[in-house]
Amino acid sequence: MTLLEVTDLHVGFPTPDGVVHAVRGVSFAVEAGRTLAVVGESGSGKSVATQTVTGLTRGAQISGSAVFDGEDLLTATTKQLEAVRGARIGMIFQDPLTSLHPYYTVGWQIVEMIRAHDRGISRRAARRRAVELLALVGIPQADLRVDDYPHQFSGGMRQRAMIAMSIALDPALLIADEPTTALDVTVQAQIITVLQDVQRELGTAIILITHDLGVVAEVADEIVVMYAGQVMERAARHELFYRFHHPYTEGLLASLPSRAPGRGRLTPIPGSPPSLITPPEGCPFRPRCAYAFDRCTQTPWLAPVFGRSDHESACWLPSDIASRDERVASREARVTSPHEQPA
Amino acid sequence: MIRFVVRRTLLGAVVMWLITLLVFGMFFIAPNNVAETLAGKQATPETVALISHRLGLDRPLLEQYGDFLWNALHGNLGYDYYHGQSVTSMLAAAAPVSISLALGAAVIWTLLGVTNGVVSAVRPGSAVDRGLTFFALFFYSMPSFLLGLLLLTVFYYRFTLAGLDWFPAAGYAPLSAGVGEWARHLVLPWIALAMLSAAIYTRLTRGAMLDALGEDYIRTARSKGITERRVVLRHGLRSALTPVVTQLGIDLGTVVGGLVVTETVFGLPGLGKTSVDAINNQDLPVIIGVVLVTSAAVVIASIVVDIAYAVLDPRVRLN
Repeated sequence: MTLLEVTDLHVGFPTPDGVVHAVRGVSFAVEAGRTLAVVGESGSGKSVATQTVTGLTRGAQISGSAVFDGEDLLTATTKQLEAVRGARIGMIFQDPLTSLHPYYTVGWQIVEMIRAHDRGISRRAARRRAVELLALVGIPQADLRVDDYPHQFSGGMRQRAMIAMSIALDPALLIADEPTTALDVTVQAQIITVLQDVQRELGTAIILITHDLGVVAEVADEIVVMYAGQVMERAARHELFYRFHHPYTEGLLASLPSRAPGRGRLTPIPGSPPSLITPPEGCPFRPRCAYAFDRCTQTPWLAPVFGRSDHESACWLPSDIASRDERVASREARVTSPHEQPA
Repeated sequence: MIRFVVRRTLLGAVVMWLITLLVFGMFFIAPNNVAETLAGKQATPETVALISHRLGLDRPLLEQYGDFLWNALHGNLGYDYYHGQSVTSMLAAAAPVSISLALGAAVIWTLLGVTNGVVSAVRPGSAVDRGLTFFALFFYSMPSFLLGLLLLTVFYYRFTLAGLDWFPAAGYAPLSAGVGEWARHLVLPWIALAMLSAAIYTRLTRGAMLDALGEDYIRTARSKGITERRVVLRHGLRSALTPVVTQLGIDLGTVVGGLVVTETVFGLPGLGKTSVDAINNQDLPVIIGVVLVTSAAVVIASIVVDIAYAVLDPRVRLN
């Protein structure tokens, strides 16, 4: 069952220099109980897209649709959105230190969430629920720590508390916006495990926004790769990792430490993303792409590749696996050979 | 916490002792002679010497200071040079006037400033925000004596001429005369004293609110599905209040400068007016008395600010 279906989403922010077109025609869907990873570098529009869906981008120019459980959230009233936010769509953000209010105890913040949507529940019962939730996400001595302030928690515990708060009302969808980026590497794995446990126990669908393909490799069912406000490639996890088509996906994978071909040497993607005030004509990745050719001045659209309907890529390069393998092999040879010469 | 308060109180006492030294020193460095003034222009040197002796001004400076300090520690701040009135009782009579004026004005400027600031910050750049910015700049540039005179012209003079005898021209009615009467005498001085600070607090609150509303935890609050009103007041204002309360503490301590002007314009017999009269008359015991009381207010205010800070922000709890 499709839980959230976003279609042709455009988001622009008016600034003194012109409108920043942060999201330009993005579509994706999340199935109930599954995990969708949205991957891309900073400024690719991945956070803006999901925050727009829940009405958190204020002052933005928005078009498209985002149907959640039969209701278009982009045309919903403030009241309808408030009823959805928190209760049916929970959210976790990047930096758990700044995302929790420093002046209120962790328990107070969870209780506020519960009581905002369930007027009937007593303070005492809401507090008991907060303790249960904190215990559920692995906070030791939850009955004592519930009265602590966020600054008395470690980074990983704060993110656990954020997760506890976001799942307090058993939402159908959890949007995790770079949930591990601000954490120590050792803690990152723990947080991902907590998210997986939550999904297994509560059947929550998750949108995981990240630039870290290493995180994605562990948990995602489907992956959407975004660049300059557009979707570049979409595929199931295994398919994307081993049979990627788009040169941008290829670049992201090549810059991943465990997968870099040059024996430990990472291959960064040269250049930087284009300005989104006046987005370039044609493929937005063209200026940084090693394979760009004449046709790339025309804007490509998402189309099936390798003869599969569940794998789409927005690229003019040949869509058969043999030419892709050839292309990747020749690039890897280029990258690897200078490294192998004696220094 | 208790250790902190004790330490700050002792430090405050030292500060106040240094202030007495300073005022005492300044008074005797300044070129004037109280005895000559008191004796009048025609007085013989003998008369001047007699007056000088009676006031104890002919004794060594150190002895005079020692005497003053000893008496002050016993709650006696001496007697004024002209009428022999007890300074302690003069201050006791003047203090309620100033406290009524300062606290009433503080309530007005805080409520007005914080409300304006919040309304401004919720929609920055809107017509309301611009209007309130103009309001703030207007009263920011308006000297309080001018505002006081304008208020008197309109609300006392014009209103009374028009038969609306609502506001008195000058004077003070104690609380014992009834809350209504007390407030009626203080409304105009309150406004005159409060508007400058209201302007400052409007800008202060606006800035603090804009900072707070840009924080990640505001986004979290919105993502919880609570009402925008609650997001602004419970989450945004809660953080923005810390700098406002800090400023309020400092201002309550240093409001004396404003009291001097306002009390003079409105003829209120408070500490401000007492100090102006005392300085004009070179009346040392009264000057020192007023300075001691006001510096005590500053010292106490700064201790209260630090305690308030700890109460407001759990990250700086003093345990």
